[in-house]
Amino acid sequence: MRNFQALIVISQPIRKLLTTLSLVCTLSLGSLSIAQEPVRIAFMDPLSGTFASIGNTGLKILQFSADYYYNSRGGILGGRMIEIVPLDNKQSPNETQLQFRRAVSDDIQIIFQGNSSAVANTLNQTISRHNRRNPGQEVLQINYSAVDPILTEDNCSFWHFRFDAHANMKLNILTDYIAADPDIKSMYIIGQDYSFGQVVSDTSIELLKQKRPDIEIVGNEFHPIGQVKDFTPYVTKIVSSGADAVITGNFGADMVSLARSIIDSGLDIPIYTFYAAYDGITATLGEGGKNRIRLIHNGVANPLPSEERKQFNRDFKAENPNFDVTQPRILNALQMVVTAIEQTQSTDPYDIAVALEDMRFTTIGGEEIWMRGDDHQIFQSLSISVHTDEDIEFDADNSGWGLRTEYQVPKEDTIVESSCQMRPPRR
Amino acid sequence: MLEVFIFATLNGLVTGLLLFMLASGLTLIFSMMGVLNFAHASFYMLGAYVAYSISLYFGFWTGLIVAPLIVGLLGALIERYGLRRVHQSGHVAELVFTFGLAFLIEEAVQFFWGRDTKNYQTPDLLDFPLFTLFGQEFSAYRGFMMTISIGIFIALYYVLTKSRVGIIIQAAITHPQTVANLGHNVPLIFMGVFGVGTALAGLAGVIAGPVLTTFPGMATVLGSIVFVIVVIGGLGSLAGAFIASLMIGLLQSYAIASDVGMPDLLNLLGISFARDHPLNDLWTINLPQIAPVLPFLLLVLVLIFRPTGLLGKREE
Amino acid sequence: MAMLKKSAIWIAFAVTLVGMPQIFDSILAISILNQMAIAIVFALSYNMLLGQGGMLSFGHAVYFGLGGFLSVHALILIEFETMVFSILWIPLIGGLFGLLAGLFIGSFSTRKAGTVFAMISLGIGELIAASSLIFSSFFGGEAGISGDRTFGPTFFGVDFTQNIDIYYVATFWVFLATLFMYLFTQTPAGRMANAVRDNPERAEFIGYSARKVRFISFCASGLFAGVAGGLFALNYEFITEENLNAATSGRVLLMAYIGGLGYFIGPIIGAVILTLMNSLLSNYSELWMLYLGIMFLLTVMFLPRGFAGFIMMHQVAWVRGTLTLLIKPYIITGVPAILFSLTAILLIEMSHTEDEIFHFLGMALNTSSSVTWVVALILSGGTFFATRKSLGQLNEAWESANAISKDEQT
Repeated sequence: MRNFQALIVISQPIRKLLTTLSLVCTLSLGSLSIAQEPVRIAFMDPLSGTFASIGNTGLKILQFSADYYYNSRGGILGGRMIEIVPLDNKQSPNETQLQFRRAVSDDIQIIFQGNSSAVANTLNQTISRHNRRNPGQEVLQINYSAVDPILTEDNCSFWHFRFDAHANMKLNILTDYIAADPDIKSMYIIGQDYSFGQVVSDTSIELLKQKRPDIEIVGNEFHPIGQVKDFTPYVTKIVSSGADAVITGNFGADMVSLARSIIDSGLDIPIYTFYAAYDGITATLGEGGKNRIRLIHNGVANPLPSEERKQFNRDFKAENPNFDVTQPRILNALQMVVTAIEQTQSTDPYDIAVALEDMRFTTIGGEEIWMRGDDHQIFQSLSISVHTDEDIEFDADNSGWGLRTEYQVPKEDTIVESSCQMRPPRR
Repeated sequence: MLEVFIFATLNGLVTGLLLFMLASGLTLIFSMMGVLNFAHASFYMLGAYVAYSISLYFGFWTGLIVAPLIVGLLGALIERYGLRRVHQSGHVAELVFTFGLAFLIEEAVQFFWGRDTKNYQTPDLLDFPLFTLFGQEFSAYRGFMMTISIGIFIALYYVLTKSRVGIIIQAAITHPQTVANLGHNVPLIFMGVFGVGTALAGLAGVIAGPVLTTFPGMATVLGSIVFVIVVIGGLGSLAGAFIASLMIGLLQSYAIASDVGMPDLLNLLGISFARDHPLNDLWTINLPQIAPVLPFLLLVLVLIFRPTGLLGKREE
Repeated sequence: MAMLKKSAIWIAFAVTLVGMPQIFDSILAISILNQMAIAIVFALSYNMLLGQGGMLSFGHAVYFGLGGFLSVHALILIEFETMVFSILWIPLIGGLFGLLAGLFIGSFSTRKAGTVFAMISLGIGELIAASSLIFSSFFGGEAGISGDRTFGPTFFGVDFTQNIDIYYVATFWVFLATLFMYLFTQTPAGRMANAVRDNPERAEFIGYSARKVRFISFCASGLFAGVAGGLFALNYEFITEENLNAATSGRVLLMAYIGGLGYFIGPIIGAVILTLMNSLLSNYSELWMLYLGIMFLLTVMFLPRGFAGFIMMHQVAWVRGTLTLLIKPYIITGVPAILFSLTAILLIEMSHTEDEIFHFLGMALNTSSSVTWVVALILSGGTFFATRKSLGQLNEAWESANAISKDEQT
């Protein structure tokens, strides 16, 4: 029975456990005691199931970043290694809660999470509740990708930090870009029927009305998420509406299918997206999407801004030939968290959180980014990039196709107000 | 509005005919063996992936022919060594078996091919617009999909009604004992039908993969719709499955194309509600939004009022 | 005597439930125990339909989910002091709503059993899951809705902040629900459910409306699924669409089936096994779903009556005292079978990993060397062959262990 309990409590993959066991066999106990306890960081994202490819890429980036910058250079806090603990939440709010309890059970106090705003919201609530009920065992949420504005607005929390620009910030820049194009007279908005899709729709309509009242919104369509077999019927509506451009917040297979249906129908209009790259999407779009599909994202795509950034990409590719550096913000987040740990010489989430507030940090791309203390939202440059095969130094999916940045806005111009009323915990 | 209607009809037909390729195999399996093959759409996915791998080396056309054969063979083997064994434990066991099989195939596909979207493209030969109507192109590939599906329908209909094999199969559906007594190898017929049924699903996958995206969730997307068709059409009725497939395809396509919803209905009736009404979601619902659930609504209604389906004769 | 024995079983059940957190007391263990408690009630309620009533449902999660949603809404009402009562009674609210949903849906879906019932349940399940995304004011869209269980009045000083508190609440409800579901099988309605399952025509002949009998089972099943949903709401303090969709419906079918449909205890075993696998296996391998699928298929093929059925197979040998005859044959077959599984897992993992050095059971294996592969292949082939070979002696031993008892019986 006791053994069984041990089985339940252990949460690392069995391989790691067995490696440790074999280490115990080979090394003397004396040499082991010198090694310091690692700083453990959980990576909680879908690692199995339909959305697993995005999660696995993120895990590779985080793991590589930790090894590349810290573990191979003697660790942090004077010799402690960073251990990344993968937790598979299957992109489900239920599983997220289970995995959260596992993390707490293992005394992990920093959780990286990015995929799905629904999951991020659940985790945010769960963590706030847990931290309130269990002082001294707090957990920090490092959100590197979930872009629902509410996380740094009405539902902002002292324990949550976002390292990606939220949807409204991105849309603000995107609509500036669209407004500057006099050829666009009408716009079609299509998205998945859930919170992010609705945010994209509402915000773009509102912003376009302000910036270019003459642009007519000729369609505002929602489709069920992950259930549409064939997007051609939707494309028919887009064609007959006579739209000059399309905005969509679709991701994953819904993004690919939509783009391909548009391409197949011979409709030659620009498509503005958030997630139409990497994880097989770039390769699948290929020639058909050339100079048509544009993405709004933070940081910069080709050409990369600094030699260090390029070297990071090359070394990452050398170690993980089938993966791309899709989200360099994971590295930014890790570096900022480590900076906070080193500054305070503490791994306590409260200390880290205080140090992160209003931190200004220079990324390996040479850009200074700012974590606003009022709502824990990062500010950095935003770019609009195009899907192409010209001047692509770092391609996606090993396909020769990739993103080239066409338009860039410095972080100062991306700053938006926040309705956040932060309530820091008493210490 | 006319162009929307014409294209909605075309789209509906393409989807409907594609669904029929899946439903035809399923309805045969269903009516013969009493098995609701939950894994049927998984064979469709398998077809797309196998054809994708073949197309990388030998081109699309080889994949079109070889992939369904491989999938059909696999189906036959699964029937022989899995399903037949489970058959002794009754229908629920068979069903749970196919349920687990669907799960396993999805995992196996991810194991062998990875979890990202596959770059499975239409062949260059068919990469041109067949015709352009009101500024929208109808690709030759879609025309090809329709041709293949209609061809399958005619071939199946001919084989089942005119050929000797077809007549034995028809007989085995209704009177398996008698057919066995006449000296036919009924288990072999079952295996053959299962193999052909899965091969058809595989073929549907091969031709749908390039346009509907080849990714690990493609089976789930179709999954239960195919059952809906088989049940609405009536068990064991090929013609019923054909009608139901087209009906579902067109229904969804028209629903998406339409722009009407509750607000229009309420306007017509002269009723209006405040936006903060507790049932606001209900008053603002529109047809495109609920298009994907319409088949299930239809299913429940058909089952309540006509449990045998449109053309079904037999009652369970 | 029989009465005494039965009460002993129930007391043992209660003691086990209460004693579990004493043995498994980590945060994670408590979280898994809570999941198990919910799964047990849910799986038992499903067995009322399929195992006892012969109604195959693909949409049982609807009652679980609706019960859960109403429970979370009740938590919200408590939070804003619209209602004041102890959260201890939340599962009852879930149960009542599950019952209501059962009354409504059962009124037209239980007319027929078999395929018609199965397909209606599938259709209803998809309809409600889809509309839950559309009607976001009640269901909260894909993010779901959440409440806070700590706002209600305390119960003898317990404020329900910790999961262990919820475990004891769940224990109370699990025991009560299990007891009532068991008692239901003993009532005339429960007995008639079996009769209607086995032969509806005969049941009609002796004057029972098959439809009415099915309807009663259906509603009772909805009630207990709702209780499970209420427990879910208490444990997680939120609920989303995924709790009433087809995946959840499928999972409860698996639990009941793997555990064993024909036995009252079957779904309990299934719930425990599946919960454990779901929460533990995923930590050891990225491919855990693949293994789960394989294991599931093997169970359906070789243990058609589930784990409970497998255990019950030994009843005769147990009663006759010939069980010891089986120990040695089981070991002879078991050892190569386990070795084969391990080598098979090794092969699968090795072909999946991208690392050059693969660690397995304390061994560091070089995946780029063909020697490793050849050895692993030979090992798995050899153990597979040995397992097949050893099945003969196991069969013989099985025959003899049961044959003796048959002789004695006659």
